[in-house]
Amino acid sequence: MTAAVAPPAPGSHRLAAAHIGVAVAAFGVASAMGVLQGLSIADVNFPWRSESLYYLSVTAHGVLMALVFTTFFIMGLGYALAQATLGRITGRGAGWFAFWLAAIGSVAAAATILMGQSTVLYTFYPPLQAHPLFYIGATLLVVGSWIWGGVMIASYRAWRREHPGVPAPLPMHGMLATIILWYLATFGLAVEVVVMLIPWSLGWVATIDPVLARTFFWWFGHPLVYFWLMPAYVVWYNVLPRAAGGRLFSDPLTRMVFILFLLLSTPVGFHHQFADPGISAGWKLLHTFTTYAVLYPSFVTAFTVIASLEVAGRLKGAKGLFDWIGRLPWGDPLFASVALAMLSFTFGGFGGAINAAYAMNSMVHNTAWIMGHFHLVLGTTVALTFMGATYWLLPRLLGRDLRFPGLARAQPYLWFLGMVLFSISYHIAGLRGLPRRVYSAALSGADGARWHGLTEIAAVGGVILFLSALWFVIVVVATWVGGRRLATPATFEFAVPLRPVTAPGVWDRFGLWTAVAIGLVALAYAWPIAHLLMHPRFGSPPFKPF
Amino acid sequence: MHVELYERIWMWAAAGVIAVFLGTIVLTAGLHAIQPPSHIETIDPATLSQDPEFGDPKVTARPDGGVVVSVRAEMFSFTPDPIEVPANRPVTFRLTSADVIHGFEIVGTNANAMAIPGYVSQFTVSFANPGEYLIACNEYCGLMHHNMVGKLIVKEEAP
Repeated sequence: MTAAVAPPAPGSHRLAAAHIGVAVAAFGVASAMGVLQGLSIADVNFPWRSESLYYLSVTAHGVLMALVFTTFFIMGLGYALAQATLGRITGRGAGWFAFWLAAIGSVAAAATILMGQSTVLYTFYPPLQAHPLFYIGATLLVVGSWIWGGVMIASYRAWRREHPGVPAPLPMHGMLATIILWYLATFGLAVEVVVMLIPWSLGWVATIDPVLARTFFWWFGHPLVYFWLMPAYVVWYNVLPRAAGGRLFSDPLTRMVFILFLLLSTPVGFHHQFADPGISAGWKLLHTFTTYAVLYPSFVTAFTVIASLEVAGRLKGAKGLFDWIGRLPWGDPLFASVALAMLSFTFGGFGGAINAAYAMNSMVHNTAWIMGHFHLVLGTTVALTFMGATYWLLPRLLGRDLRFPGLARAQPYLWFLGMVLFSISYHIAGLRGLPRRVYSAALSGADGARWHGLTEIAAVGGVILFLSALWFVIVVVATWVGGRRLATPATFEFAVPLRPVTAPGVWDRFGLWTAVAIGLVALAYAWPIAHLLMHPRFGSPPFKPF
Repeated sequence: MHVELYERIWMWAAAGVIAVFLGTIVLTAGLHAIQPPSHIETIDPATLSQDPEFGDPKVTARPDGGVVVSVRAEMFSFTPDPIEVPANRPVTFRLTSADVIHGFEIVGTNANAMAIPGYVSQFTVSFANPGEYLIACNEYCGLMHHNMVGKLIVKEEAP
């Protein structure tokens, strides 16, 4: 695939690199906010510990990790893959405009959080009300990402005109599915923020319906998870087998998996609202079905990616049933990061099936179990993949060798260790009833020692995670400013399928699948939302208890 | 589309696992009426203090020997507190909020629902084990969120 593309002009990766830089900066600040929370929940009395600092840090950690770090990283990865597989970015100027728009929006939102005026958490459920700039800043970030999607699609279409009858390069196929999903998901967010929250925060309307706002939030909130996961899968399918020295096991199934994610990951939001009034049980059950259906492409991924790695081990001479595992490059930072990310996803995925289990959800809803869960699937599966991919991207984007390769090699293992301590403790504490997001797990003395010890172990895990994050940031910054310049920049090479697809098939028909995806979202949401709107409803005025 | 035999077996097995998961959920939901709290009823939060039910929320007897517990959640308390209910009887909780969104979690049980202003949450449970239970708010509601706790006392039935 790469052979057909001319070597990039110097500086052609500058746009991608700028995005990765912002992503890593957001990640660094967010990590510091994270460790403060872990210590506070465990009642470690560090200096400056206070309720307002705790809830402020929960908000900053969530917004910077979930919205800023991920979105900027994905935009950067997208540009890098477009340049590498299509040999172009069509609309570079628009790309830079979008970068600044998103960066300014993120800084504005983050500033209102750090000034203590938007302690509403990353879910910003009304009637908690943030500073108007919080909502406006977040909107600019999303508008920036919409322009990014447009540039990516324009690049693909320009390439497509010159290459009729050829299937989309596999890494681009995954990114395009991600972008279409993102438009579908952020439609719900745009309705919530632009139609409901911004006019209300500026005082133009007096009240807001919290359940309607939550419904639009989770229209966006679950596919948001897949907006992170799909680019991680792009790395697993296209970069990981190559780094391991193997081949991609199946090209058509890879395309099928990304299309299934596009179809199934939006009409599922009610599994975040099982405990909400205002939505009938039947619709919650329907969303349970689609939530379980979206497990399927991940099951298929487990086979395809692991089979690709087995091919790698066998190409290196493995003969027995399991000795191929030992021949994989466990000392390579990209490989180690992604392999550990996949391991976490095995456990996190099954935890997710429990969360989505309709009635069983009541045992874990809004408990520390949920924190344990999403730090496995997002804090490790996605974040560790992105960290590993950063190690892989930097020499290719900057033309510099990684500095401190020893730190980069050890860092993923340190992260995994910290997360095991953190996540297992919170899973157990959650089953024992510890509510999530509490300044002090003692609950003003009412806790009855149910989770003593567990929150302390989680805090130790949090400190280890912070150290690992610090190592990652040190490697990135040192590489950026002091990495040895490579005589020839490292090239982008992707896994070659065992049986390459030669003509565009049904999984390349993006127009068709977009139409089906819109139909499924309409099916899942049109009636419940119409039903809510027809019901006599009473809005809420704003509250700022922070 | 060419799919290797082993992968085809895996794909059918994965579909089977998902079918079993969903079948279990549908069976329990259907046979035992096990469902998440999904009541649809609205109420004006602005006039809650004059509301006949939530202005002075309390425990009231049901004709079948159970009780109805009306609960008003607000920053940073639950009313009534403590709540006294009989063991092994149907207990219907009705929740709403006077201000922001709160959570209502009876620790150690599966009673767990949101209290959302403008809406009434309703669900019915029964408690087999008498004793004292901790009620915790599990949705961030402001700087004293972690202090928002209450107590449930489940009393042995009179012989």
